[in-house]
Amino acid sequence: MQPFEIHDVPSVQDASNLLSEYGDNARLYAGGTELLLVMKSGILHYDHLINIKTVPGLNAIQYGEADHELKIGALTTHRQLERSEVVQRWLPLLAQVEREIANVRVRNVGTIGGNMCFAEPHSDPATLFLALGAQFKLASATMERTLSVDEFLVDAYEPALQPDELLTEIRVPLPGASTHGGYQRFQFHERPTVSVAVLLTLDDAHEGIKEVIVTVGCVNSKPFRATEAEALLGGKSVEEAQIASDKAGKAAAEMADPSDDLNGSSAYKKQLVAILVQRAFLQAYTRFD
Amino acid sequence: MALTDEKVKTAESNPTVSINFEVNGVRHALVIEPRETLLEVLRNRLGLMGTKLSCDVQVCGVCTVLLDGMPVSACTVLAYEARGREVLTIEGLAQGEELHPIQEAFIEGRGFQCGFCTPGMILATKALLAENPDPSIDDIKGYMKGNLCRCTGYRTILDSIQIASRRLRQERP
Repeated sequence: MQPFEIHDVPSVQDASNLLSEYGDNARLYAGGTELLLVMKSGILHYDHLINIKTVPGLNAIQYGEADHELKIGALTTHRQLERSEVVQRWLPLLAQVEREIANVRVRNVGTIGGNMCFAEPHSDPATLFLALGAQFKLASATMERTLSVDEFLVDAYEPALQPDELLTEIRVPLPGASTHGGYQRFQFHERPTVSVAVLLTLDDAHEGIKEVIVTVGCVNSKPFRATEAEALLGGKSVEEAQIASDKAGKAAAEMADPSDDLNGSSAYKKQLVAILVQRAFLQAYTRFD
Repeated sequence: MALTDEKVKTAESNPTVSINFEVNGVRHALVIEPRETLLEVLRNRLGLMGTKLSCDVQVCGVCTVLLDGMPVSACTVLAYEARGREVLTIEGLAQGEELHPIQEAFIEGRGFQCGFCTPGMILATKALLAENPDPSIDDIKGYMKGNLCRCTGYRTILDSIQIASRRLRQERP
């Protein structure tokens, strides 16, 4: 790696000020699991890394009772999310997803905020956060704002961050008692090839579908809602929906626009989307008593 | 990323930083460059060659060391992150001539052939068993999936980890 300086900062404000001061010559540094790889390979270089791990209070996982939501500090590591009792109690699906990310060494160091800000299209949590309707809190020295997942992820490797802005917190609204989720992924290499999340809400008798959300990740430049699949499942009885899940999977695959790469051909990935949508739907359904 | 002597030399104009940390129970105070990885400092400055470089992208697990008991890829963690913390490398396991029970278990279970992945395997096993003293086969596979071996086919490694688990539980019931 080329030489650089590290700046430990005590606050979000200081980090934001340094970003303004150094401009393109500086980058925020948290876990480093993505940043250091691209710096080691010489793809990118920054003279200044702004270490935000020294900012207190950014790595907490809290249950917010008022809004029935999880508040996840941007510096929370994947391993924290995987093992957190709060997550296991309130959103076990997130713990399930986190447990499969990369390997234990990356999960020990890599942060959830870093994963989102790198905006790599092959991200497991991004696919799930989109389904859950998570909100991203951003802050700079001068302002704060909140964006949806779809607003935050502009394109591959392109988060909607201003040059002096930081992601500080992810707020995840918790599904109600009549909603269960499924998550399916398929993987050859260190990142998932295809990922699918389904959130299924049934009526009180567990016979009809009130709402279904299907998100697909890794195949387009960012995760997307498979609205065509949702339309084929919504409003149906559970029995009808199980039959329709085949068509729904294919409809989701039609919305995918994957490229041919080391993870497989475009046609192969579309086939995976179709199958995984079916499986994720079934997984969500089987989680009802 | 080449481990050349050139990297050890610190050009006067390059930024440096002083760090204090413990490696295998020994305290070190070093002046390093922020760009130096933990692997580079362990090998080039401290001469601890048990930690190997292989994939250099946190996939293979060969460079696994424990940072405050937690497995990390020394190839992609900055040595700066070790300041004020404890690092355990494979050299820190044996007590003189007496091998650590996990090392003995890997011999008994024939959990290695060429030995290149073995330091990482043994350190990851140590962290796994500290967290989960009696892991199921699936627990072991899940935890160890990021440590690759190109020789054994893994069966003997799984055996070795189970032997290690039994031994450590007998030692500390």
